[in-house]
Amino acid sequence: MKSLGSIRRSFEPWNDPDAKPYIRFDGVTKKFGDFVAVDDLTLHIYHREFFALLGGSGCGKSTLLRMLAGFESTSEGSITLDGENMAGIPPYRRPVNMMFQSYALFPHMSVEKNIAFGLKQDGMARSEIDDRVQSMLKLVKLEQFGKRKPHQLSGGQRQRVALARSIAKRPKVLLLDEPLGALDKKLREETQFELMDLQQDLGLTFVVVTHDQEEAMTMADRIAVMNYGRIIQIATPAEIYEAPNSRFVADFIGDVNIFDGTVVSADPTGTELDIGGGIALRSDNQTNVKAGGKASLVIRPEKIRVSREKPADTANAMSGEMWDIAYLGDMTVYHIKLESGQIVKASSLNAVRIVADPFTYDDRMWVSFDTDGGVILGEE
Amino acid sequence: MNSNWSRFNIASVILGFAFLYLPIAILVIYSFNESRLVTVWAGFSTKWYGELFRNQGLMDAAWVTARVGLVSATFATILGTTAALALTRYTRFHGRILFSGMVYAPLVMPEVITGLSLLLLFVSIDFGRGFWTVTLAHITFSMCFVAVVVQSRLVSFDRSLEEAAQDLGASPVTTFFQITLPVILPAVISGWMLAFTLSLDDLVIASFTSGPGATTLPMKIYSQVRLGVTPEINAVCTLLIAAVTIGVIITSVLNKSREVRRRRDEQAAYAGR
Ligand SMILES: Nc1ncnc2c1ncn2[C@@H]1O[C@H](COP(=O)(O)OP(=O)(O)OP(=O)(O)O)[C@@H](O)[C@H]1O
Ligand SMILES: [Mg+2]
Repeated sequence: MKSLGSIRRSFEPWNDPDAKPYIRFDGVTKKFGDFVAVDDLTLHIYHREFFALLGGSGCGKSTLLRMLAGFESTSEGSITLDGENMAGIPPYRRPVNMMFQSYALFPHMSVEKNIAFGLKQDGMARSEIDDRVQSMLKLVKLEQFGKRKPHQLSGGQRQRVALARSIAKRPKVLLLDEPLGALDKKLREETQFELMDLQQDLGLTFVVVTHDQEEAMTMADRIAVMNYGRIIQIATPAEIYEAPNSRFVADFIGDVNIFDGTVVSADPTGTELDIGGGIALRSDNQTNVKAGGKASLVIRPEKIRVSREKPADTANAMSGEMWDIAYLGDMTVYHIKLESGQIVKASSLNAVRIVADPFTYDDRMWVSFDTDGGVILGEE
Repeated sequence: MNSNWSRFNIASVILGFAFLYLPIAILVIYSFNESRLVTVWAGFSTKWYGELFRNQGLMDAAWVTARVGLVSATFATILGTTAALALTRYTRFHGRILFSGMVYAPLVMPEVITGLSLLLLFVSIDFGRGFWTVTLAHITFSMCFVAVVVQSRLVSFDRSLEEAAQDLGASPVTTFFQITLPVILPAVISGWMLAFTLSLDDLVIASFTSGPGATTLPMKIYSQVRLGVTPEINAVCTLLIAAVTIGVIITSVLNKSREVRRRRDEQAAYAGR
């Protein structure tokens, strides 16, 4: 792998007040009849950013992309690309290319012709087109397949052709609608890294739609989590994961434990929550919750420890019984049933190959976590 | 039980095919009859075919039919394809249901009515009847068939192909000629063939709308038959049947081999990577 990490860490234009957004959705609404598919949405994406739109089926992700590509008009609001208002500009005049959810390869053209199609529309010279097509084929590792028709390719190969076709023109912005949906897990992971390299090498702006949260976390600089045509949270993968701003986001991204309760005290040092049964949980995190109000403590399974004895110096400990054990190879997920009846998920890495005294079903267990492990979310 | 059923099936198949093809077989056989009498077999001969090509009236009619067929099928295909595109694409204009209903109506309209109404139209606007009136009439009724054939293809057409083309910078016109048309071409060709055969075989509408010098082959055959069936007529019908059969065989063989090739390629792709 390249040293993506270091490049990416320093890339934070959204925190720079002087940086100008490259793509701007300002108050964009899209209605199909009475149905509001995209609801007063404002979103700024920066040059060379790898941006992911994440959300459940039907939440308006594709509609958003299609408005940017010019296939749907906006009902309200404006879309600006590189300072230019896109209203009324037809798709074939926008410096945006899209990789379709269904690939949309031209069935009557060979792979080479498919890739060359966009270049021909620009009136590029023949020899130049040939060179570009060859380099694209090389990029997606399909050199021997140039003469084949799409139906003579496997699903993964077709997906690569679609990718090559959409980047052949070096668009300012590449939109990818569920680009890796049809691939098996291994090929998908490989391609994810290829896409990231590609985006870095060509210096393009990528907007990718996915409903696979792992994929979004792997590839994106920032993620927007959508629901019912609105953006719930925009943040980096780490922020989304560690500091979700709502139950929806917490629930949507990864596994999570949610403890509902009443706020006992809330001050700058932290929050204390009474979750009933005489149990109080403490967190360093403070949101704008007030004592007496309802709130939840949200914590990821890997932040929770499991033990047979009550741990000595932990702020938060609860007892229960072992309910379920799922061995996943690299880690084990425990489900522990608390006295309140709530099931707590806890995961631990299997760092040791054979454990001398493994936990078993029905064992009396303690679950515990530190005050900095979770976040407090107020009522929505 | 089982074999009984299959015997019954075989019998019904034979009966059905006999019902369909016996008259045609008789017509073909008697076209090779030596005798002038249609119902008396007097030995094998091809003389009526020779006779046929010396019959100027029949040859003229055949030529008219060929021209009417080619011209009307071509225009009907263009108009029918356009209509099909409009009806599948612009789904939100007012009265769409009415319009698509109106496209289907001529399919079930009695030909006598179509013919008569066209005749009245031509008479009222004082349009001299002849080659063009027949052709126009044929365009009118066969374009509906083309529209139906092409429409059924367009329903399953993946619109994202067109979007992809436009996304890559192709204007709507380029997109139509480089993407949409090539993909639906098989349906357009079948539409053309259908229109051509319909035109070839139409008697009623042609009789209403034709004028002097534009007698089509079916009209000619019909008028000759009224004076008595001659082996010549059998011969010309046999040739027509042969032409249609060859056309059908060629298209189905082409389709078949394309399908087989496609299957094989697909298998190769999945097996070999
Ligand atoms: N042309 C249309 N007419 C009417 N409703 C539409 C149209 N296109 C989309 N919608 C509706 O808008 C909503 C958002 O659709 P969209 O395709 O953007 O969802 P999505 O987030 O991409 O979902 P998925 O993950 O399933 O692809 C859906 O409820 C859909 O039914
Ligand atoms: Mg979608």
